[in-house]
Amino acid sequence: MERPLTKNIIANQEPYDLAAYQAVGGYQAVLQTIGRIDPTKVLEIVVDSGLGGCGGGGFPTGRKWQAMPSREERPGTHYFIVNADEMEPGTFKDRLLLEGDPHQLIEGIILSAYAVQADHSYIFIRGEYHRAITLIEHAVSEAEAAGLLGLNILGSGYNLVIHVHGGAGRYICGEETALLNSLEGRRAVPRSKPPLPMTSGLFGAPTVVNNVETVCNIPHIIANGADWYRNLGQNGAVGTKIFGVSGRVKKPGAYELPMGTPMQDMIENYAGGMQHGYKLRAVLPGGASTGFMLAEDLDIPMSFAAFAAKGNRLGTGTAIILDDQTCPIGLIANLQHFFAQESCGWCAPCRDGLPWVERTLKAIEIGEGKMDDLDLLTDISDTMAPGRTFCALAPGAMASLMTGLSYFRDEFERHIRDGKCPWT
Amino acid sequence: MLIAKDMMTTTELYEIAKLVAHYPVARAACIDVLKLVQKNRRYISDDILAEVARILGMSISELDEVATFYNLIYRQPVGETVILLCDSVTCWMMGRNKIAKSIMDNLTIKDGETTADGKYTLLPIVCLGHCDHAPAMLMGQTLVGDLDSTKINKLLPKA
Ligand SMILES: Cc1cc2nc3c(=O)[nH]c(=O)nc-3n(C[C@H](O)[C@H](O)[C@H](O)COP(=O)(O)O)c2cc1C
Ligand code: SF4
Ligand code: FES
Repeated sequence: MERPLTKNIIANQEPYDLAAYQAVGGYQAVLQTIGRIDPTKVLEIVVDSGLGGCGGGGFPTGRKWQAMPSREERPGTHYFIVNADEMEPGTFKDRLLLEGDPHQLIEGIILSAYAVQADHSYIFIRGEYHRAITLIEHAVSEAEAAGLLGLNILGSGYNLVIHVHGGAGRYICGEETALLNSLEGRRAVPRSKPPLPMTSGLFGAPTVVNNVETVCNIPHIIANGADWYRNLGQNGAVGTKIFGVSGRVKKPGAYELPMGTPMQDMIENYAGGMQHGYKLRAVLPGGASTGFMLAEDLDIPMSFAAFAAKGNRLGTGTAIILDDQTCPIGLIANLQHFFAQESCGWCAPCRDGLPWVERTLKAIEIGEGKMDDLDLLTDISDTMAPGRTFCALAPGAMASLMTGLSYFRDEFERHIRDGKCPWT
Repeated sequence: MLIAKDMMTTTELYEIAKLVAHYPVARAACIDVLKLVQKNRRYISDDILAEVARILGMSISELDEVATFYNLIYRQPVGETVILLCDSVTCWMMGRNKIAKSIMDNLTIKDGETTADGKYTLLPIVCLGHCDHAPAMLMGQTLVGDLDSTKINKLLPKA
């Protein structure tokens, strides 16, 4: 099985430096592309590959890039931005790529920026990722020294500079327009859309924002072609993806698998199944903003489309396992604490609604809830439905709450009826 | 090392100029600059905030609005090493509250407090991307996972 994204990553070892990366074929795609192949052709390959954004949405990367105006239409600086703010609870895939193979990301940036004709790139890395920031900064300086970045790259006339921006911490910085505000030195509140960043992004200039993992796919797609990439997938999906499992499984970790691999297969065969004495009760398939799935639904292929068809989201693809000895109400209360704390405060349903949800859940958890609370929780989640808030944070927060209320209804009622948590 | 709290050094001024050069407008560098000057002082005092605002051509309230928004910019003194213990979902499930209790017992502080000798501050943090080794924490810049009380007793022994 091919594992293009992680083939250079060896556990507990320093990542490849420039020479080692080049020795295994690294930067070949850059050497063969920059100044030799027309940017529109590069873009076409990415469109044909069917690559979907790995930041959680799965939006087709090629189509996003096609929305960028040409340099003739919009002279001046164009930006290509890497979203390395990874802060979605339960998600640990981008850190693996940042620390495991920094040059793969740099190579991906050069090719992506070239395809959209951007001349300036920022890598926005969350401030807590100290090691990643150091390693990526080092890789950028190695690439600069080798003439792979900077002015007139490889004599092609193409210019690209990269600046690594270490964030100062807030989940909302990961929302792409909030990220742009943060890069401009402002509070990270989302912007209203339209205009999309491709039309008016960083400092009002045409801008693409892509997730780390999305960008890391690009060198392989350019080197091996769209058909090769498409064939990596299973069950109608394309490419590979870094999936992961955390919680009480035998081998929690990140696994690069074909897109479309059944969830069950990953949990049983890669994560080793549940630890002795624990049963799987439900799964949050891709971080805190996705809805619960029950054990009987785990034969679903892990792809954006298959999850959307079930009314759920694949999200970041890193699954959190709820076992039979953890209180589901406590877990949902923990998730809502996160969202309430990280709400940027810009719009009322989210700013005022989430703290109320958190308080109500905590009261139910310790046995001080009322049956009416359950209807109120259902009602309030309507006020945070998609389209009713400024960004997707609040609807994301509602995903686990709504599925939780329906799947664990008897647990909620039991807490309220008995006036205590059966797990404490 | 701690340096005079309210005076910018020449090295810092030089580093600030380098950061500003990465952006088309000076204020865009304000978060990088706050992080830079915080490194030497542990936190952003009112005086240093005013100084940074002046250098970047921002009003004090404009800069404070930014400074108070972000988790990793401290507007109050913190200890030499800040311990950021993850309180997100997987770590919670894997026993982070017990770990928090061992840390608080060993250091005789509560969550959010600084030890009397000024060595440590304990704060909660959102998911550190180390969920496959939950519970996890950042001690200064070092990520530590698979925490249990033995590990805590070794890293942060009772005084
Ligand atoms: C609250 C919130 C947080 C987000 N956090 C991240 C993040 O940390 N990393 C990321 O790549 N995308 C994140 N996203 C998605 C981005 O807005 C954006 O869709 C993504 O970076 C686009 O890249 P992609 O097309 O390559 O997936 C977040 C979205 C929301 C609403
Ligand atoms: S939904 Fe929440 S996070 Fe998003 S803009 Fe509104 S207040 Fe901010
Ligand atoms: S939940 Fe604690 S590191 Fe992810």
